Amino acid sequence: MSTETLSVGTGAIGDADIFAARQEFSGGLPDWFTTMQREHWTRFLESPDPTRLDETWRFSDLRPLSKIAGFVPTPFEKPDADDLIARSNTVKNPAGQLVFVDDNLAAARVMDAELEKKGVIFTTLFDALNNHGDLVREYFMKETPQLGSEKYEALHVALVRSGVFLYVPDGVEVDRPFVVYNWTQQEKGAVFPHTLFVSGKHSKSTLVEFQRAASTETEHLVISNAHVFSGDGSETNHRIIQDWNTKTLSFQLNTNNADRDTNAKSIIVNVGSSQARQEVHGKIFGSGSNVEMYSVNVPRKDQQFDQRTLQTHLAPHSRSDLLFKNALLDKSRTIFSGLIIVEEGAQQTDAYQTNNNLMLSGDAESNALPGLEIKANDVKCSHGATTGRIDESNLFYFLARGITRSKAHELIVFGFLEEVIEKFGDEALEDYVRGRLAEKSLA
Amino acid sequence: MNTLEIKNLNVTIDGQRILKDFSLTLPKGEVHALMGPNGTGKSTLAKALSGHEDYEIESGEALLDGEDIIGMEPDEIARAGLFMAFQYPSEIPGVTIANFIRAALTARLNEGETFRAPDFYKELYARMDELKIDRKFTSRFVNEGFSGGEKKRCEILQMAMLKPRYAIMDETDSGLDIDALKIVAEGVNKMRGPDLGILIITHYQRLLNYIVPDKVHVMADGAIVRSGGPELALELEEKGYESVTAEPAGASS
Ligand SMILES: Nc1ncnc2c1ncn2[C@@H]1O[C@H](COP(=O)(O)OP(=O)(O)O)[C@@H](O)[C@H]1O
Ligand SMILES: [Mg+2]
Repeated sequence: MSTETLSVGTGAIGDADIFAARQEFSGGLPDWFTTMQREHWTRFLESPDPTRLDETWRFSDLRPLSKIAGFVPTPFEKPDADDLIARSNTVKNPAGQLVFVDDNLAAARVMDAELEKKGVIFTTLFDALNNHGDLVREYFMKETPQLGSEKYEALHVALVRSGVFLYVPDGVEVDRPFVVYNWTQQEKGAVFPHTLFVSGKHSKSTLVEFQRAASTETEHLVISNAHVFSGDGSETNHRIIQDWNTKTLSFQLNTNNADRDTNAKSIIVNVGSSQARQEVHGKIFGSGSNVEMYSVNVPRKDQQFDQRTLQTHLAPHSRSDLLFKNALLDKSRTIFSGLIIVEEGAQQTDAYQTNNNLMLSGDAESNALPGLEIKANDVKCSHGATTGRIDESNLFYFLARGITRSKAHELIVFGFLEEVIEKFGDEALEDYVRGRLAEKSLA
Repeated sequence: MNTLEIKNLNVTIDGQRILKDFSLTLPKGEVHALMGPNGTGKSTLAKALSGHEDYEIESGEALLDGEDIIGMEPDEIARAGLFMAFQYPSEIPGVTIANFIRAALTARLNEGETFRAPDFYKELYARMDELKIDRKFTSRFVNEGFSGGEKKRCEILQMAMLKPRYAIMDETDSGLDIDALKIVAEGVNKMRGPDLGILIITHYQRLLNYIVPDKVHVMADGAIVRSGGPELALELEEKGYESVTAEPAGASS
């Protein structure tokens, strides 16, 4: 890393001139975009910090938020990270692949030429802004989660410089996944990965994101956004495996937007971060759609996973299913706060929201705040949260077969999580996730 | 040495004594039946021997080929070679039969030994075919949503795969229709041999038509009151427990 680069526009987030200094590097980007960034910077500065009184931050540990000002947005330069590029090989034979290290594209873009011919766009956000500006403009920040992190979302938009634009045209079906690796490397670095996934009518595609750190020892701030727009009759599969190191303060602010007759499925696996704030808003704009929002969480030690979800039904005859499974070890904490909103006229909605917590330690703490807000009269909705420990008679059954107590615990925990993991529908990826959870969280 | 020798076992649950100086010797290579009315303590014997913490063993010994298993952890007892086919097997969400049995076998590997998946599946499928369990069941979660008969066959499958030295089968016949009973009996008969001792717990003699025991023991109120040959089971069926247990222990053996 050259010191010259560091001296130009790479102070900390709390420095007065950081935004202006970074904007010097925005040459060539569309005006609407840089204007939007400026507005968001102002909004970031003017927005108050969350407080204990905010419903959307209930039970959250607010102390780490005060450290945000001290993180340094990573410099604009091609990273030297051959080992990380080599390790970005979890999915064999992807349809396309992008590898970022500290918000900079690290390896040459991989993309199936046949798909390119069919009009599929899979590229960096900045490349897309330059070459497909109008298309990006139509969707960029069009929908937001509105679940409490607006200040940090504003910071994200103001400082975003890296990201992925996936556009699958009408009628194009892609079986192999598009894959993104985001790595953090620089000590005290702040990164702002952005994902914009637009699927055309009757298209089918899968996007898998791996979030990782080069080292276990460095501290990071990550504010990432991912927005999926599923067009009429399309199937979208979006997966995020959040595996930052445990010195990372992370935000994942997502929307899943479904038009008519879609099958929009998302799974988020949380392994890493010291504190991971996850906001997911499923918005169902069209009827006949099925929107699935699943999450697997295995916090250990002092990790805190803060989950805020919203399922908004704006159209009749659609289904949404949300399932968040948390297995808590050590002194870890989770907060699940979920709301289903069925708007007036969204008749014959089926909406489900479930949060299951498996407490593996007496010191762990789970908080669940499920809710419903129904303005239509002909709907099927259920919401529920459970908290339990390992069932002793089940445990005995394992022991009686000669399986050790620790292995039995592991199998029971995976059994608990399996309901979501099997939803990947991709055996290699499922095995990767199981292996990663076993290695990192249950070892 | 080649016996499971239970000597003067006294077991209490919640302070209430259920097994009272219970003694029984099961030689390897033999099949014994333990019969008795409901509530006499048959399942208590099974659970206590498998090391369940709810069952307090006040005194007594259980020597598995000479090694006292009393006080050992349940998983150690199982690995020492005692298998329990439960009357009410647990349902385990999210854990497939294949993974469950695999974990049990892996726990038995000696240092330096590795698990061989192809051999494992070959054997698993062969045993499943014998027990007429659909091969698709390998990816079903253990006992979840199984019928009573499927659960019992799954217990026998585990027994066949784990190759214990001694097995206690608690009411394996309950909840089985006649076809399932025959399949289970056939499976057990295949396992009979010089390296396995089996104790069949039942309160009907029906199963014993298909698995003919070497010996029959009748239990009442926490202890064995009579022992004899297979004909004792028929006598029980005919006359009922009350008249049989009224005669002095050992009178017909
Ligand atoms: N877990 C338990 N807690 C309390 N009492 C029990 C428990 N298990 C068995 N018992 C009691 O012990 C006695 C023997 O039961 P059990 O061993 O199940 O008999 P069997 O299997 O011969 O029908 C019964 O009186 C029963 O109520
Ligand atoms: Mg019983």
